[in-house]
Amino acid sequence: MIILTDEPLDPAAVTDSVRRDGNGAVVTFLGTTRDNFGGKTVTRLEYEAYDVMAIKKMHEVRDSLRADYGIEDIAIAHRTGRVDVGHISLVVAVASPHRVEAFEACHEAVNRIKTIVPIWKKEWFADGSRWVACEDHEFADEAEHRHAHAERHAVTTGD
Amino acid sequence: MRFDVRLFALYRERAGASLVTVDLPDGASVGDLTSAVRVDYPQLAPPEVRIVVAVNAEYADDDQLLQPGDEVCLIPPVSGGRG
Repeated sequence: MIILTDEPLDPAAVTDSVRRDGNGAVVTFLGTTRDNFGGKTVTRLEYEAYDVMAIKKMHEVRDSLRADYGIEDIAIAHRTGRVDVGHISLVVAVASPHRVEAFEACHEAVNRIKTIVPIWKKEWFADGSRWVACEDHEFADEAEHRHAHAERHAVTTGD
Repeated sequence: MRFDVRLFALYRERAGASLVTVDLPDGASVGDLTSAVRVDYPQLAPPEVRIVVAVNAEYADDDQLLQPGDEVCLIPPVSGGRG
């Protein structure tokens, strides 16, 4: 199951899609809107996607995890548009015969999604907004790093 | 060759447009395209920052040659975050 939608996500349905009797472990990750960043109150997030490429890259993430971890049952659902505080923007569910691979593959899935899937996140505050490029040095190469940090200091706008 | 280049998120806001048209000579590369866009929209990114491009929904290197009809998008850094 690969989903990109502007509707609320259903984590139970995404989780159920990976459950099989041959699996003894199911790990589900939920990404939710946090109510703060850098001491400021976040009122909502807004996600924008290059839809066609995002879906293609979500499939690539799943295929690469299948190859790297030998796990078949992986589902990814991402929401776009406005996502209010406490609501879910990302669901990743991974099931495997044993728990270690499921935990590791789920973690790695989120990393890869945030690196290669063209979806952008805007944080809204009471007094403005900013496109989020990089909070914790996740970009793969140095150019991206510099870009991310330049953006981080330059992006906040007062609209 | 004429390309209608799609902009997303940060780049869309900085350019004030979601689609910008670029005219390039035959045999132009992805790097030629971003150079041309920078001339019209210098506010997109500082000169030292590489602008990432997708051609036909795939990440493209600067030396990739463009073909008429290619779908070209400028890709700002993706959302990242600690989630």
